[in-house]
Amino acid sequence: MKGRLDPQLVFLVLTNVGILAAGAWASGGVFIDPYNLQSMASQVPELGLLAIGVMLAMISGNGGIDLSGIALANLAGVTAALLVGGMISADDAPLLFSVAFGITAVAVGLAGGAVNGLLIAGSGLTPILCTLGTQLLFTGLAVVLSNGRAVSTGSPAPLEELGNGTFLQVPTSFLLFIAVAALIGMGLRFTPSGIRLLLMGTNPVAARFAGFAQGRMLVATYAISGALAGLAGVIIAARNVNVKWDYGGSYLLIAILIAVMAGVKPEGGHGRMICLLLSATALQLLSSFLNFLDVSNFFRDLAWGLLLLFFLAIIRYDALGALTSRIGWRARPEGAPAAGDAATKG
Amino acid sequence: MSTLASAYTPSTTGHPVRQVLARRPELFTLMLLVALCAFVAAANPDFLRLATLFDLARASVVIGLFALGVFVILAAGGIDVSFTAIAALCMYGVTKGVVEFAPGLPLPVVFTLSIAIGLGLGLVNGFLVHHLRVPSLIVTIGTQYTFRGLLLTFIGTIWITTLPPQMDDFGKVALLTTTSSQGATIILPLFVLILPAVAVLTWWILRRTLLGRAIFAVGGSPAVAERLGYDLRSIHLFIFGYAGALAGLAGIIHACSNRQANPFDLVGSEIDVIAAVVLGGARITGGTGTVVGVVLGTLLVVVINNVLIMAGVPSTWQRVVVGAFILIAGAFMVNRRRA
Repeated sequence: MKGRLDPQLVFLVLTNVGILAAGAWASGGVFIDPYNLQSMASQVPELGLLAIGVMLAMISGNGGIDLSGIALANLAGVTAALLVGGMISADDAPLLFSVAFGITAVAVGLAGGAVNGLLIAGSGLTPILCTLGTQLLFTGLAVVLSNGRAVSTGSPAPLEELGNGTFLQVPTSFLLFIAVAALIGMGLRFTPSGIRLLLMGTNPVAARFAGFAQGRMLVATYAISGALAGLAGVIIAARNVNVKWDYGGSYLLIAILIAVMAGVKPEGGHGRMICLLLSATALQLLSSFLNFLDVSNFFRDLAWGLLLLFFLAIIRYDALGALTSRIGWRARPEGAPAAGDAATKG
Repeated sequence: MSTLASAYTPSTTGHPVRQVLARRPELFTLMLLVALCAFVAAANPDFLRLATLFDLARASVVIGLFALGVFVILAAGGIDVSFTAIAALCMYGVTKGVVEFAPGLPLPVVFTLSIAIGLGLGLVNGFLVHHLRVPSLIVTIGTQYTFRGLLLTFIGTIWITTLPPQMDDFGKVALLTTTSSQGATIILPLFVLILPAVAVLTWWILRRTLLGRAIFAVGGSPAVAERLGYDLRSIHLFIFGYAGALAGLAGIIHACSNRQANPFDLVGSEIDVIAAVVLGGARITGGTGTVVGVVLGTLLVVVINNVLIMAGVPSTWQRVVVGAFILIAGAFMVNRRRA
């Protein structure tokens, strides 16, 4: 991998720079002033964390996908707000409240993700059906617990700091997101478990004969995905002061879009964290740019839908690889046979 | 039935009831449905009134048409979540077109137009799924947002509360009438007959034509089906086109039934429809399922969504119940394969 450029990475860097430049030009500089950059960065983590969850599920292969992310994030937020809010006063003990809130939400996420993993690995449910079912179940539980109403978390200082604070001019939530992404990215690339996960996604049959504990790996993967959803729930609560069961209606599509744009292959075995980060920022920049152009939300949904189909086509026909090799960059030679494999598999 | 089952599957072991269920999973759906209805009827005898049953029949039509379309795709091993967006676009687009440009357009033409638009959008799905070679779930999530975005950006966002008279009248044509407990007249609309008609058509396509064989073959194993000489491209186009056409039909019926066209309707009910199909015994990985099962699954979901509240279960629990049913039925279907 050394010395060769990943066309996906080059493309994503260029996209980020391109949108920033277009935004700066169209707005006369307002688009890239520190305030706007901060505001954009603080919007990345919620979706970014959910997209990492989708990526991990997709990497595990065999039709892996996690459709329950945003539902679980909302359930985690609602449960934590009700449970912790009922025992600890956010005004009297802000630190204790915030810590307990965070731990509860992540624990709920972890448990929900583990349920996904156990159902998929244990009873052999397909990931699509399982996470569709749990999506409904998690949303339903959030409705039952909150009676369909928004639950206030108040704004204790530490939670407020996570939602709206900055450290060295960078939003705290964004730093947290980068730290989590780096941790998981390194785990994926450098630890035996991470490498096994990628291998299992590439070829589940070979993985079984190689003696991988596939069931345990699936449970761990979906549990991590769930914990990330729980963390997204904490950030949602911190940024909005309220949590509600139906928050983030189009987040599912956008999380999948981020993963696909990052070059994660839906058939499994492939995904890079750095690409996911750049994909998440590119999408946020584009979203803010559309916002700046005063486009309606409906048009934005249309744009996301078309963008997803567009990127599926790019990956299918390896358009980026073809483009970079034509203008002189050397595409990774091992990329070509992998793409061929994928094409014959479907 | 049990002797037949054991004669054809000598290798399966276990209780005869289990063997019958393994071969005919829709019996399990039927048992669930009967049990649920008995539970609701015991809790609230009003359930058995004709008025309630008419409401259930009316509510089953749109979701049943969706479910039959999804079933055909599922049988071939795919999945579709864009059909509600197709239905909403057909419903609103056609209604708005008729209101603004051709108020006197005959009803059959209105229906044909809606079905044709649905067919076209379905073919777009089929084309993309075939050529992009990625899971159809991801493709149809993309097209769902695209179709819905097209509808809300370019066609309109304002409710049409007064339908053209021919559509309004169609929704009111009665097959049967009864009187509710409050003394109001309640009708069983004629259009409920469309669901059994389409169910028979779907059954005929799947069980009596070569195309149906091909669909189940592709659902069983695309690679083997292709080697047997089935043309994957035309099958993909057919299944998504058929589901799209049914979505177009369901959309226009939804407008006639509700006597208004709300562009924000329908989208969001995908999971209920997929639940109906899966509860009816179709495996999400393809190659199995029956039309009878899908119809039973539809009734089950409609009963859960409409009358749980009559049995004293708060409506907030609706999603939990449907979600739990999906997971239980899904796990049951998987274990059936192992048995």
